[in-house]
Amino acid sequence: MKNIIIILSKELKTYFASPMAYIVAAAYLAITGFFFVASVSDAFSEASIRGYLAGATFFMIFMSPAITMRLIAEEQKLGTLELLLTSPIKEAEVVIGKFLAAFITVIIMVILSMYFVIILYIFGDPDTGPLFNGLLGLLLYASSTLAIGLFASALSPNQIVGLVVGSGILTALTIVDFVASRIQGIGSDILSFMQLGASFSVFDLGALGVAESGHFADFARGIFSITDVVFYISVTIVFLLLTVIILESRRWR
Amino acid sequence: MYKNFGPYPAVIDVSFEVLKGEIVGFLGPNGAGKTTTMRTITGYLPPTSGNITVSGFDTVKYSLEARKHIGYLPETVPLYLDMTVIDYLTFMGRIRGMSRKWVEERIPKVIDHVKLGDYRNTLVGKLSKGYRQRTGIAQAILHEPDVLVMDEPTIGIDPIQVVETRELISELGESHTLLISSHILPEVSTICPRVLVISDGRIVADDKPSNLSQRLSGNERIELGVSGIDPQSAISAIRKIKNIIDVRSDTRAEKLDQASKENYHSILVDTKSNNNSSEKIAKLIVDNGWGLRNLTPLPMTLEEIFLQLTQDK
Repeated sequence: MKNIIIILSKELKTYFASPMAYIVAAAYLAITGFFFVASVSDAFSEASIRGYLAGATFFMIFMSPAITMRLIAEEQKLGTLELLLTSPIKEAEVVIGKFLAAFITVIIMVILSMYFVIILYIFGDPDTGPLFNGLLGLLLYASSTLAIGLFASALSPNQIVGLVVGSGILTALTIVDFVASRIQGIGSDILSFMQLGASFSVFDLGALGVAESGHFADFARGIFSITDVVFYISVTIVFLLLTVIILESRRWR
Repeated sequence: MYKNFGPYPAVIDVSFEVLKGEIVGFLGPNGAGKTTTMRTITGYLPPTSGNITVSGFDTVKYSLEARKHIGYLPETVPLYLDMTVIDYLTFMGRIRGMSRKWVEERIPKVIDHVKLGDYRNTLVGKLSKGYRQRTGIAQAILHEPDVLVMDEPTIGIDPIQVVETRELISELGESHTLLISSHILPEVSTICPRVLVISDGRIVADDKPSNLSQRLSGNERIELGVSGIDPQSAISAIRKIKNIIDVRSDTRAEKLDQASKENYHSILVDTKSNNNSSEKIAKLIVDNGWGLRNLTPLPMTLEEIFLQLTQDK
């Protein structure tokens, strides 16, 4: 536990000592702000953060791998990974510490964007339950995208490879419903179940309320579903485990 | 121990013991298995078979314990370029399991030791190569390890800093068990009282640098400075002495320079050892009334030892 905190605090310091975190945070606030305004500025708009969630889940496809891309790739490139892994510390502690640093960075961004919620309460009468349910879903979704990003970062010493592979996996897992809806049988079911991101039609203002696939769909609608919670936590754990296995693989390669 | 990468053997039956306080040089050409051996000692890679014990702890079974006793400087100095020297050392100390208090006490001492005082708050990325090397050495000795493992510690830094780094390493040898790898041969012979020579994954020699040359050579080389005679006649006269193998003019640039300045000829003589050849040559020169400026037996260089060792095999 102590080792995890040491890694975590070092990575957090690195994030906030470099311009990267601030640039990403600014972009996050700009894009989610745009979606938020677009969703609440009509004459009879619903006072919800559904627009914000649409922007956030979409942007995280690129943002999460951008945040995690340096975490392991850079250590491989600098050679510090060798030092880290010859210190009395376990691979899992390194991976968890780094993951938590990225996750806390994203949580800070989400907290910064909470002025949207305050605006809603001042000018409207939002449903508190669905609103916080949506935010919970967003954090769960964020954790699984970061785990996938971290996994991609461990694949190569090149950060760009980490970014492209991470975004690629996330994009595929987001648009998988396009494929699932065009095939039949068990294959379609499996593909639908794998849908990590939100089906974009969930957020289509014209199609609100229409049941759509994707584990984020219920969160976006304000429904709490334990299946989706378990799904996101499982994805996070599986990809963190895969990352640990990649780091350990030097032992049996 | 043995180490294979897939079907390819990288280290074959390497077995040695380094006693507490010893300084051992690990010598071999690139690709001989030096780095692989060091990585198995530090616990980065497990051996394919055999085992390694550091300070009494098996590096596979009690890996975390063994790692606490090792300070490691890999070949590419592993540094976080966006941290200051102090932040970097603090992080490395903490990750090695040092308490916050111990780290705070220890860092000023280590920084003094490696003479990094003026750079303690500089970003590591802005340091010159020599100072990065020192920062790397500082992290290796920070947690007061029993064993220091350094992979090519003087590679890629400028000659003045090489000298300083070597001095620093010799100093460290007084308080640590030291294992240094190098392919730069004179380096090992100046720092290390004991040399392991590795080639193609096997240890081909394990001895003192001076013993190595004696054991191998059977030959001696003598550097000779004569004046008052033309070099050709001198060379042909020396050739006639018994047990002389080869006599030739010394063509090393710095020797030629010095010889022409001071008006003598520099000659190299290869002879079989233990034949008092030096005395015979001196006698010849004096008897003929030539001037004898110097007569120096040269030890065989490690380059030559190395060539001989690897060719014999």
